[in-house]
Amino acid sequence: MGALTKAAMAEKLFEDLGLNKREAKEIVEMFFDDIRQCLVNNEQVKLSGFGNFDLRDKKERPGRNPKTGEDIPISARRVVTFHPGQKLRTKVEGYARTKS
Amino acid sequence: MTKSELIEGIVDKQTQLSVRDVELAVKAIIDMMSQALASGGRIEIRGFGSFSLHYRSPRTGRNPKTGEAVQLSGKNVPHFKPGKNLREQVNASRKAG
Repeated sequence: MGALTKAAMAEKLFEDLGLNKREAKEIVEMFFDDIRQCLVNNEQVKLSGFGNFDLRDKKERPGRNPKTGEDIPISARRVVTFHPGQKLRTKVEGYARTKS
Repeated sequence: MTKSELIEGIVDKQTQLSVRDVELAVKAIIDMMSQALASGGRIEIRGFGSFSLHYRSPRTGRNPKTGEAVQLSGKNVPHFKPGKNLREQVNASRKAG
């Protein structure tokens, strides 16, 4: 099974909710753009039933080039972290892997 | 931002759809995402990031109250990997203040 993409989401909104294709595509675009914009503004995003997107400021820390072994500091940065909610956790934890 | 604020924001940005339509659409998107992960699939949103499952091996845990050992079976947990665009934009915002 292929990964779920924006195109597949828009198609489903068209089929199930009767939005026209343009509206469906726009809503899906806005959904992810708005979440991204919020995170870029350093604001947490909470989607109940799914999970939270948080921001963390990381300090500079020592790192190394895995190829050359050379020591290179990893610069201070801001990163996005995702914390799945209880409902999503419960839904996925029992999924039995079929691949080895 | 919460789910209802996300819905309001989308309602304000377009003129075609009712609040009800947008509400249903946003909920449907979140349901599709949960469902994809619950059936072992991935979600790939270009520029935003991808969601997948990470497997946690079975382990022996402890009941924190009684100290009793408890066998915990293996499980899957949702994982999000931010895409290049999101990573770069979020990090750039750090310097912007």
